[in-house]
Order: sequence, then C-alpha cells, then structure tokens
Amino acid sequence: MPKDTSAPATGIGAATKRREDIRFLTGRGRYTDDINLRGQAHAHFLRSDVAHGRIRSIDTAAAEAMPGVIKVFTAADFASAGGLPCGWQVTDRFGQPMQEPKHPILADGKVRHVGDPIACVVAETLDQARDAADAIVVDIEDLPAVIDMKAALAEGAPKVHDELTSNLCYDWGFVEENKAAVEQAFRDAAHVVSLDLVNNRLVANPMEPRVAVGDYDFATDMHTLYTTSQNPHVIRLLMGAFVLGIPEHRLRVVAPDVGGGFGSKIYHYAEEAFCTAAAKALRRPVKWTSTRSEAFISDAHGRDHLTRIELALDADHMFTALRTETYANMGAYLSTFAPCIPTWLHGTLMAGNYRTPLIYVNVKAVFTNTVPVDAYRGAGRPEATFQIERLVDKAARELGADPVELRRKNFITEFPYQTPVAVVYDTGNYHATMDKLLEISDRAGFEARAMESQARGKLRGFGIAHYIEACGIAPSNLVGQLGARAGLYESATVRVNATGGIVVMTGSHSHGQGHETTFAQVVADMIGIDAGQVEIVHGDTANTPMGMGTYGSRSLAVGGSALVKAAGKVIAKAKKIAAHLLEAAEGDIELKDGTFSVAGTDRTVDWGAVCLAAYVPHNYPLADLEPGLEETAFYDPANFTFPSGAYACEVEVDPETGAVEILAFSAADDFGNIVNPMIVEGQVQGGLAQGIGQALMEHCVYDETGQLLTGSYMDYAMPRAEDLPLFRVDHSCITPCTHNPLGVKGCGEAGAIGSPPAVVNAVLDALNRGGHAVSHIDMPLSPARVWAAINA
Amino acid sequence: MKLTDERIIAAPPATVWTAILDPEVLKACIPGCESMTGSPEDGFEAVVVQKVGPVKARFTGIVTLTDILPGEAVTISGDGKGGVAGFAKGGARVTLRPDETGERTMLAYDVDANVGGKIAQLGSRVIDSFAKKFADDFFQRFQTAVEEPAEAEDMPAAVAVGETEPAARRTGWLKRLTGG
Repeated sequence: MPKDTSAPATGIGAATKRREDIRFLTGRGRYTDDINLRGQAHAHFLRSDVAHGRIRSIDTAAAEAMPGVIKVFTAADFASAGGLPCGWQVTDRFGQPMQEPKHPILADGKVRHVGDPIACVVAETLDQARDAADAIVVDIEDLPAVIDMKAALAEGAPKVHDELTSNLCYDWGFVEENKAAVEQAFRDAAHVVSLDLVNNRLVANPMEPRVAVGDYDFATDMHTLYTTSQNPHVIRLLMGAFVLGIPEHRLRVVAPDVGGGFGSKIYHYAEEAFCTAAAKALRRPVKWTSTRSEAFISDAHGRDHLTRIELALDADHMFTALRTETYANMGAYLSTFAPCIPTWLHGTLMAGNYRTPLIYVNVKAVFTNTVPVDAYRGAGRPEATFQIERLVDKAARELGADPVELRRKNFITEFPYQTPVAVVYDTGNYHATMDKLLEISDRAGFEARAMESQARGKLRGFGIAHYIEACGIAPSNLVGQLGARAGLYESATVRVNATGGIVVMTGSHSHGQGHETTFAQVVADMIGIDAGQVEIVHGDTANTPMGMGTYGSRSLAVGGSALVKAAGKVIAKAKKIAAHLLEAAEGDIELKDGTFSVAGTDRTVDWGAVCLAAYVPHNYPLADLEPGLEETAFYDPANFTFPSGAYACEVEVDPETGAVEILAFSAADDFGNIVNPMIVEGQVQGGLAQGIGQALMEHCVYDETGQLLTGSYMDYAMPRAEDLPLFRVDHSCITPCTHNPLGVKGCGEAGAIGSPPAVVNAVLDALNRGGHAVSHIDMPLSPARVWAAINA
Repeated sequence: MKLTDERIIAAPPATVWTAILDPEVLKACIPGCESMTGSPEDGFEAVVVQKVGPVKARFTGIVTLTDILPGEAVTISGDGKGGVAGFAKGGARVTLRPDETGERTMLAYDVDANVGGKIAQLGSRVIDSFAKKFADDFFQRFQTAVEEPAEAEDMPAAVAVGETEPAARRTGWLKRLTGG
C-alpha cells in the first residue's frame, strides 16, 4: 500500500507515540502475575538439582502433612495426560522422522536436566508450598550426564532418553541432492576458506518471568488459563488437544499484558498444563509465578550451535559453493518448535545476500542433559548470518580483498531470486543498504579515527555485516510439507460499532511490539479516520479469532495483512450501505478521509452515518444485505518476507586488557513499507542491544556434570545502557514486499540477527590492524578472551 | 573441582591414622559440623552448616570411609543434601607416609567435590575458592588436633559459621590412646 501523504497524522507512516505506554509507564499494565483469583492456591515446583538421574522413589507424606498443603502432585497424578507435544517434525537425510522423546509434565522415572520438575506442592500460601517442597524426599540415582554435543553422540555415551536409539534427534541434509555438486565445486575451487565457530548459548531473560494461573468452573465445565504467552491460541490448541484432552470450547487461554518474550514465551510449558489440570483437580484456582532463578533453568534457552563452515571461491573471488556442518543442541526434551530452528529457519537462509550457486547444509540435532533449546529472537537466522558474515570477512582478509567490495561483488541484484536452498527472495536492494550504511557510519572517515585511537594506545576496528532474514514463515501448505504440525496464517475481526468506533480483534499478540498502536494506524488509515477511533484487542481466545500469535517478526506482515483483508471486507460492505443511502451505484462510491462520496458529485455521507445505518437499519437494503458491520478474515501468506540490511560496528580495543568498547553502531535496514517509524526504530534498537549482548557479554555455561554455572545475573552478563553506544538507525531503503497488501516485511528480529557478526568483525579488524593476526574469537568477546587472543 | 595438597604433621603415622578414624576428631575438624554420629565401619551421619556465596544451608548427609589401607590411606567421602539449597558431595583420598625420621607424617590429599542445585546456580563463582578454603580448614584443624590436642580443646568454634556449636568437648582421644 503506497503511503498517502494526505493521510491523517495518525495513519500509516506516522510516528505516533505508543498508546500502550500510557499504562506501561504509569504502572497500570495488567500482567499475569497481577491476576489473583478468589480462593487461589499457590504452586511451587520441586525441581531436579542433578542433570541426569533415575528416580528411585518420591516420598511426599511429610510434605502433605505440613501446614497449608492442599496436595503434592507427582508424575503419577498425570498418568492419563499426554506429554508436552513438539510442533514440528523434521525428516532426516535418510527420509526418516526425527527421534521424538516423551516430555512428561512432571518427571516420570528419570530427571534429565537441572530444573526438570519432579513434583509440585499446591498450598494455601506460596511460603507454605515452598516449605513443604523442602520436605519431599526424592531418592535419585545419579546417572552420568551428557553436556557436550559431540560427546553425546559418541559411541556408548549415556542416553538422555533410554527409549531412543541414541542422543541424535536427526541428521539433516539440505539440499541433499546438491551434496555431490557442492563437493565437486570445492574440488574445483581456486580458494577455500573455512571457519570453526560457536554460536553461544543464551538465556532469553524477558523482563517479566513466566506465570500461569489455572481456573476451573465446575458448574460450566470451563477451564481458563492465564499465562505469559506470545500465542494463546497455540497454547489452547496444544494443551487442550494433546496434553489435557480439553475441547477448545471448554478452554479459554488469556495472555494479558506480557512483559517481553523474545521467543521464550512461544512454547507450551509444563507449568501451564499443571496449573490448568490442578485447578480442576482441586476445584480452586492455582497460581505459579516463576522466580528469576527458576527462569534460568526452565525457560527455553537459545542458539547453542557448533559449526564448521567452508566457502569455495573462484579466481575472481566469486562464491562458487558453501557447505556447513552444524551441531545444534536440543537440550533434554524437544521444546515446541525446537527441531525447525536449526533446519528450516537456518538452512534456508544460508545463501545470505549472495549469489552462491551451490549450498549444502548438514545439521545434527543432539539431546543433552540441559534445558531445552528453542527459538530466541532471530531463531536460526542469527546462526546462519553469523556463519556467513564471519566467513565472508575471513575470506576477505585471507584474500586481501576489501570486505565491502567482496560482498558487493557477490550480492544478489535481480529479483525474484531463487536461492539454492529452496526459498525465493521476492525483493531487495543490497547495494542500496550498503551505500546507506557507509554513509551513516562514515566509513570514509574511519582511517583518521583509527589514527586518533592509535595515538592513545588503543586499537580501533570497523566491522561490516550484511544480513538477510525470512519473516512471517509461510505458506501453510509448504510448511506442512516441511514438517510443521500447525498452519501459519493469521486472523483478524474488525467490528464496527453503531457510532463508528472500531474494535479490532487480532489473533496476533503484542508483548512489546506496539500492536495496539500500529494495527490501529493501519485500520484508521484505510478508512480515513483518527487512529483513536480504533481499539485493538488481543491475547484472549474467548474474544479473538483463532490466530497463531507473534514470533518470527510476523505480526504486521501476516497479522497486519489479515487486518487489511478484514477491514477491506468492512469497507466493501460499508460502500454498499453508502450506495443505498446516497441512491447511487455501488461502483461509484469512494471512501476518503472517513467520508463516502458519489464520484463526480458533491453528494456524501460520512463514516458514522453509514455505521449507524448498519445497526439501526431503518433505511437499509434489508433484502440484499444483512445488518451489522463486522468482518473476519484469515490471511495465509504466499511466501516469507525478506528484510535485509547492512550493519557496521566501530570498536576500540584496549590491547592491555582486552576490553572492547563499542564506539558506534550503524544499521541500514530495508523493512519494506513502514507503518510507524518510531516503533521500528525501537524494535531495531532492542534487537541490537540483544545482538551486542550475545557478541560481547551473554553466555550460558554448564559444567561437565550439567550444573548451570551462569544461573543468575551475578554470572550471566546482560548488556546495560552503558555498554551500548547511541545507535544510528536508518530504514529509508525500501523495497516493498511484493506479496502482502501493506508491502511490509518485519523488523522485530533484524537487530539481533545482523549485529553479532558486525561486532566480531570489528574486533578482529581492530586486532589485525594492530598487528595481531587473529582469525577468529568465539563469542562472547569478553576481555579475557580478547586478551588471550592478543597474547596467544 | 579438584584439589591436591600435602602437609607435614608432627606425629607418627599411627597416631595420625587413629585420629582420622575417630568420629570426634572428624566432627571437630569438619568446618561447620553441628553433629556427627556413627562409626568408621558403618559410616557417619553428619549435619554441617555452610555458606557458599549467597546461599547458606544446613546439609544433612553421610560421611563414609572407604578403600581403607590401614595406616596408609583412606577415602573420606561426604554426600550432603541441603534441601532447597541443593547438594554438595565430594571425597578426599588421604594418604599417609612417615618422613625419614618416622616421627612425622606426610599427609597428602586429593579432593574431588561437586555441588548442585541453587548452590551451583548462584555460587559457582565462589565454589573453587570455597572448596579450597573448606579443605584447608579441615586439614589445618586436623593437624592442630593431632599435634596439639590440648590447645585443640580450646580451639574456637567452627571458623566460618557463627552459629555452629562450639567445637569443644573434644574428647582427649590422645590421652585415651596413650592410656592417660
């Protein structure tokens, strides 16, 4: 949809302030933990403190006798419940389905990671529940734990799941048919560049920890779950159909204000099923609130890949082939979307922005005695981008080429572009984003700045990365073939009230993205009314149409498109009503600035009058048209969207200490059309903070026995404001998406995808300029690691 | 984590050996030990209070003596559960040999210890230094107890933890041994 310069100040393209911030910034948000129901009991989980062990016995007698204890639940109480389901089945290189272990609500027979829930005490107060949990006697026979992925695949390694043949979930090849041709290309190559790297394991750390409140009304047989979810309908479907056997019309899932998710609140967690089931069993509301310590050992973690990647180039430095071998940690169980992250969200992006004709991606997914790993902001694409952009930079250094020119030489320039890894890029302009980046980052002035740093004894470096990502994973019939066990459409209902105000019910979910502002802008813009007349409702399965929620930067591209479809249906019907009121032909009716007019005349009727006629149909074409003005639409995208961008990081390294300071960070993104530039900028800044956090600070570490060593903010370093520079963010390079009505692509994850390689490339540039021939350092680039590399 | 160290005790190996097998000596020497009952043959039940980083816990567990080579070597193992704080377990292989005079004993130890649960999650940064201090304290107290039993009786309460029972009331095991 082209931008209309005459649009109201609150329409598409307006940098209006976020309306949700009024409640968030004044402490009036309503989060799940703010929900306290009459008669509510409190749940506290007893979690395993060993990584792997066989449960010999659980004695709950003493705990049950303690004050306030209502019941102590163990796996035996869930004998008739299903396990937590996995939403994606990957097929391996040999045509076989992945190994898929059971995932009980409470540990059954074995514990498989530190944090695995063994039992749950429900008591009158939380303190009573905690005290009683301490009195549960669990006899666990310690078993050797597997933590290292390669060791987990070794012959004779202890098995995380006894019923599986090994710890290998799958061995995936993509595109398997290309393998021989790729190998031939490597044999024919003039240059081969290779790199072994780690994509460090991360903890998502949303500001709000997870919470679940289960409620059950025996009089109506209605179950309600309030939960910190990015996709309440998905939870309703998975928990209702696969875990607890509750039909969807008897189950309502509400995800009210949610304080950040970054992927970690997509999944269906045991605690949600527990509280829902316990509420019914006890006929009392049951509430669980995660502590921060619990979050570290029970929220799905992110990343954790070990990769060897190789690039073949011809004598002119054109890329001829790329191949990778990656070990991807699944943790102890398959989290909801875990298997698709290192495969379909990673392998399909391995072309990057480049015309590499032959690509082969091998991924071995491995079970270990660690917390399950799943999508985290970017999900597969950061891993792909990091590999490609580190390798291209290494190639430039080894070949003596300019890293910008080597990239430009290999950029894809014609669209649509069929990659050798299945996906088709519909549009893009990578030279434009690179041009913009070099301008806003003042690369031309870098040498002078580097001299100035040198005079102070510091090493200055400039690092570039160019990324491609795929948002709005789609279409459903394709992802179904790839193993998705769900559709990936989105929905919207546009309900016009009698006096013209509009309530939009979306299946998408907002937990920081600003839907309530941007979605209102879209609808208001289409009708030509003020966005203040549009209210957005989301997060409650009882009053929103079936939707798939928010992840993969899909909200505007998929949810927004459903919204446009539904609003379009409303407008079409309103035009019919207007035609009746104006006694004109429907085809002659125009809608502009909230007023319907008959083309070429001065006869008009305004939006409010048409809406009133729809609900007070005294003068209305009742024979041809139903009263009312409310429409629902479902939108299933034709393709992914492909945002892209160029990022530059400028750092200063202190060679005495290895400390890295980011002096400047520039981002030139192509997100297609922009609905609210202020919100886009905020999304990019947040993504950059997390990407820089991964590159320099964040690292989730287990010891060899499976104890989480970075289990609190004393040991897990989160980026803070003082660690980050002022960002230079630009999104003026626009190639609109060709297949959705708004021409939008998605911006939520880009910052976290493009920034880690830019940071690492910058540090390596600084070191090499300073005479230290360092080819790679694994993230996070802590002072200790950088210092060790300098002094190696 | 693993620790290895050695110290010289001014008493012959036989005396040192007897002390190692004495529950009262073990109790006095384990830092933060509140109680200990049992025998070398059947193992001891012990309650130990310790603070690891931000986590303070009362561990109840079993102390066992295994792989006994009389007069020469023994493995002292502990497996303590600290409730919500997690667990701590570990073992020390202790070997004794006389020095050239036969009047003194070279006591070598090889410690391997693990912690889990909240202690590991919150206290991992301080675990190594904690374990080293714990082992140092233990063998220092042991050395003192063997070399200077009289003073040992006046030794202050467990070093690290204020609320521990006074480590006094150590029986004069040396006196018993020597018939005094």
